[in-house]
Amino acid sequence: MLLDYSSSFHYVMALLPELVLTVWGMVVLIAGVSRKQREGPGQELGWLALAGLALAAVTNGWLYSGVSEAGTGAMIAVDRFRLFANWVFILGAGMAIVISLSYVARQRLQAGEYYSLILFAVVGMMFMGSARDLMMIFLGLELMSIGIYALAGFNRRDRRSAEAGLKYFLLGAFASGFLLFGIALVYGAAGSTNITAVAAAVQDGTTVAGLMIPGVALLATGFAFKVSAVPFHMWVPDVYEGAPTPVTAFMAASVKAAAFVAFLRVFMVGLDGLYEQWANILWWIAAVTMVAGNVIALVQSSVKRMLAYSSIAHGGYLLVAIVAANDTAASGLLFYLLVYTIMTIGAFAVVVTVGNQSEANARIEDYGGLGWRKPVLGVLMTVLLLSLAGFPGTAGFIAKYHLLLGAAESRLWYLIVILVLSTVVSYWYYLRVAWYMWMKEAPPGADSADPAITPFATRIVLVVSVAIIILAGIFPDAVLELAAGSAESLRGVAGGRQ
Amino acid sequence: MVTGVSAASLASAGMAVQAAAEWQPILPGLIVLLPLLGFVLNGILALQSARHSSAALREGRDWDPFAGARPPATHRLPTWIGPGVMGLAFALALLNFLGMPADLHDPVVVPYWGWIVTGDLSIAAAIQLDQLSMVMTLVVTGVGFLIHVFSVGYMGRDPGYPRYFAYLNLFVFFMLVLVLGSGFATMFVGWEGVGLCSYLLIGYWFSDREKSDAGKKAFIVNRIGDVGFLLAMFLLFNGFGTLDFIPIFAGAENHFAAGGVTITAITLLLLLGAAGKSAQLPLHIWLPDAMAGPTPVSALIHAATMVTAGVYMVARSSVLFALAPTSQAVVAGVGVLTALVAATIAMQQYDIKKVLAYSTVSQLGFMFMAVGVGAFTAGIFHLVTHAFFKALLFLGAGAVIHAMHDAAHHGDGHLDEQDMRNMGGLRKYMPVTCAVMWIATLAIAGIWPFAGFFSKDEIIWYTAAWAGAESNPFGQLYAVYWGLALLTALLTAFYMTRLMVMTFHGANRTGKAASSHLHEAPNVMTVPLIVLAVLSVFGGWINVPNALSDSFAGLWGSLPMTEWLHHWLEPVTHTAAEIQVAGFGEAAHAAPAGGGEVAWALISTVAAAVIVAAAVMFVGRRKYVPAAQDAGPRGALPRFVYNKWYFDELYDAVIVRPVLALSRWCWKAIDTVVIDGFVNFTGNFARLAGWATSLFQTGQVNMYAFVLTLGVLFVLGAAVFL
Repeated sequence: MLLDYSSSFHYVMALLPELVLTVWGMVVLIAGVSRKQREGPGQELGWLALAGLALAAVTNGWLYSGVSEAGTGAMIAVDRFRLFANWVFILGAGMAIVISLSYVARQRLQAGEYYSLILFAVVGMMFMGSARDLMMIFLGLELMSIGIYALAGFNRRDRRSAEAGLKYFLLGAFASGFLLFGIALVYGAAGSTNITAVAAAVQDGTTVAGLMIPGVALLATGFAFKVSAVPFHMWVPDVYEGAPTPVTAFMAASVKAAAFVAFLRVFMVGLDGLYEQWANILWWIAAVTMVAGNVIALVQSSVKRMLAYSSIAHGGYLLVAIVAANDTAASGLLFYLLVYTIMTIGAFAVVVTVGNQSEANARIEDYGGLGWRKPVLGVLMTVLLLSLAGFPGTAGFIAKYHLLLGAAESRLWYLIVILVLSTVVSYWYYLRVAWYMWMKEAPPGADSADPAITPFATRIVLVVSVAIIILAGIFPDAVLELAAGSAESLRGVAGGRQ
Repeated sequence: MVTGVSAASLASAGMAVQAAAEWQPILPGLIVLLPLLGFVLNGILALQSARHSSAALREGRDWDPFAGARPPATHRLPTWIGPGVMGLAFALALLNFLGMPADLHDPVVVPYWGWIVTGDLSIAAAIQLDQLSMVMTLVVTGVGFLIHVFSVGYMGRDPGYPRYFAYLNLFVFFMLVLVLGSGFATMFVGWEGVGLCSYLLIGYWFSDREKSDAGKKAFIVNRIGDVGFLLAMFLLFNGFGTLDFIPIFAGAENHFAAGGVTITAITLLLLLGAAGKSAQLPLHIWLPDAMAGPTPVSALIHAATMVTAGVYMVARSSVLFALAPTSQAVVAGVGVLTALVAATIAMQQYDIKKVLAYSTVSQLGFMFMAVGVGAFTAGIFHLVTHAFFKALLFLGAGAVIHAMHDAAHHGDGHLDEQDMRNMGGLRKYMPVTCAVMWIATLAIAGIWPFAGFFSKDEIIWYTAAWAGAESNPFGQLYAVYWGLALLTALLTAFYMTRLMVMTFHGANRTGKAASSHLHEAPNVMTVPLIVLAVLSVFGGWINVPNALSDSFAGLWGSLPMTEWLHHWLEPVTHTAAEIQVAGFGEAAHAAPAGGGEVAWALISTVAAAVIVAAAVMFVGRRKYVPAAQDAGPRGALPRFVYNKWYFDELYDAVIVRPVLALSRWCWKAIDTVVIDGFVNFTGNFARLAGWATSLFQTGQVNMYAFVLTLGVLFVLGAAVFL
């Protein structure tokens, strides 16, 4: 089916997954309000939200397989890049919801609001992934961010959660201001907020350079904040540590993914003509982010905080793809986001389980001897850690390898060296957890604080995640082709730098 | 049947797809898979029994599976599984053998799946059936089956019984992969696999330090050979772009100039690999130590099959070797020297298995000489007959050790159950074993009409004949080989007779208390012995040479199957034979010292018989004392030979100690100081940096906003001013 927006029906079609989730989010919200607190912990609301995500995934698949758009001028892109990213968001949200089921119940959080906020945040992410207009990106970003602000501070009874929510909100609003200012400057320079139009203006040389360059720089800082690049990362450890762990997982995986997707589209498609100007800045940001993220993660004593810093480092790796700005890098970025979502949320699922569906047991010492007390959990966590580190045989390795391929295509040799070396550093802190799990004694009193039984749904998520990670690590071709096919559409029409 | 590899890539890899029409083998894959199935089943039982024994160990008691009236299932089932899969595999191999047309010209390749398909390299997991691999398969499964049956009696009371059969089955699986693989790569898989099983079985009683060390020695020495094999494969791949046999052998003649550097290098590297696996000089040192394994293992792996893999490999690559006369001369030289050295050592050993081990090394030397001088059929022929009589000798020695072991239990004090000085006069107690071992001794000594006569005579004769070939550049050298081979053959007759006399004849030296417990082996052990004895008598008749057929040796034409093996292997060896004739001219019809084939056959068998008779007199008259009271041989030469020419000591001084010293230096100086120092420094530095950076992480929002603003200013400044 070809969308040419000749009828209003086409508008509905183009936004089908977003619409489904918006409506579904409201349904979940109303269902949550209309049920009574004493009726139980509200797990069924989580399942309801999951059903909505499944429906969105199906509509997304329909768009992927049978729909194309006419031209590239619309505010919303109907290309495979967006749709692949949508799947990643849906997957991330789904996994986050599954690992939340028991947590929300145990912490007696407001289930209806919690799950609907996740759905609304996903809608925001989808808009960021699909927007071909800077204003749409800002809209999606705010829609997502407001949901996440609330989720970060969702556990009102926990002081640290509240603090996390507030900090994130203050700094996020601050950074949004820069982003918006950047958009304004670009609009002033190019005369449009439409990415295709901006690209054309840059190509034709009709932009006002004095406005354009600062605008691009401010756009870069706005996105850098959302992808938690150094030095805009200060909020990350505090917020990630304070937020409820499932929300942290969702933030580390999906929020970052959404920001990267928008980042890539704006810079690789819209600002392609200014590559020389922004590539150098992002080069440095990427390098510093990789090094600092990994090095600071070395000295963390809390697993949750360690994962927070490691997510900064992963952001650095992904920035390399944006600096590379070619098709290989774009498909590598999509593949990486998919794999990263799976392994990050998988690792956080273990953290939630070890923490007994609360914020307890986050110190690395609490993982002592875990592998022997809980062999299956230990093995799964070990695989996830290895994949995060990029160990050959896991999907994490393949993902990193394809980022490197993209970087090599753009001849970013030094960046490649930094990526590889900082990866070596990351082995230390990832394997340290595995070392504690298998080679250390259990901490005193661990028997009483032993992780409770892993919830059934979490088990499924863990086993499936690890299975995918191993399978995609050995037979990555199918997923890689899907990612490559999706990334092609990003510049299929826009053309650009080679 | 073919998955993962397209028909086109198989065809380009030289798979003889069209040959399938000529003859359809019956389930050839099953021959290989049956032993693997046995491994899996026995392996499960072994794990199960390990669970029991480790549970017992945790509770601090010993686990004796034979304590009850009936051993547990883990120790009963392997009796049927182990030999069972071998019997079935042998039957299947026999069916295929009988069905294989005698005039099958091209090998039949049965591809299963694409094992390694990447870039220019395409290796299929495929079985190649031709006359050579068929003969090898029959030997491996047939002799293997008999040895498995024997093992039931020999290992029946061992706590690790299921593990033993698991390893043994696994060995056969890899051995079949080795001989049936359709290219060097698949062959190498089997090659390494049998090496692994050899290691596992030599160190089968791993709680004994000496035995596990012997396993390691075998493994390490073989690695040296494997380097050669691998390099040869790289060179071949470099030249042909494939590792499959068919295209390489078909294209070798056009690809390499005869006697060129590359082909000589390839074949010499192959020889290095073969020398490692087949225990040839200078890599022969591991095989005598390998006797630490159970005796049936020595019979199967270290006499009949695995150690002959080198001979098989050279015969398989006959085309390549025929193109490199220098390498051929080296192969033959290595062979004959090994044969001679090992034979001298065997003359002064007291351990019955050590004598047989050196005898094996010596006989392998004969086979190498055969394939070296281009008598590939003779080499394979000797391989087959040797498999019969040497397996018989080892199993017979096993029966003796079995009896001595029981006797030693009841004797007074320590008694080395393998030392021949403690034996003597065993004929009275074990008449069947004695009789069959005499048959094997006559066979290995090369006395007509036993199997060894025909095969060994053929090797010696071909050496003589090629020495006289018109344009053989190494004619003189071959003549020397011929003389040394004749000498070695006589030594063989001597040391084997010595073994028999010391073990079975004369006065019994076991000690009174012990000797009353000596006994003949049970039927499950003697029946395989008898079957092998029959084969040792008649096995040589499969290849009676034309020239001998009408003389006394062929009973004036009444022996059947004249030159059968020769004709059978012709499709595999004829290319090499043609190259050889083109290079050397026709082989001569007289030995370097004059005389024809019949004359020398008569001379050698009479000489061997005289030596046997003399040795019976000489050794029989000597008084031996039990090992505990004996100081070993006197005199410089006997001591030199007794100590195996001091090869181990030489290697220890020249290789092992310097390497250890170098390693120790690298460890102390380079690793601990330089590398560890560097690693620790970077680690500490990174942690320091991490700690310093995390100082900024104050938790104060205004601090965070300040850093954020700085960052924005920095980026803005960079964008605008750079």
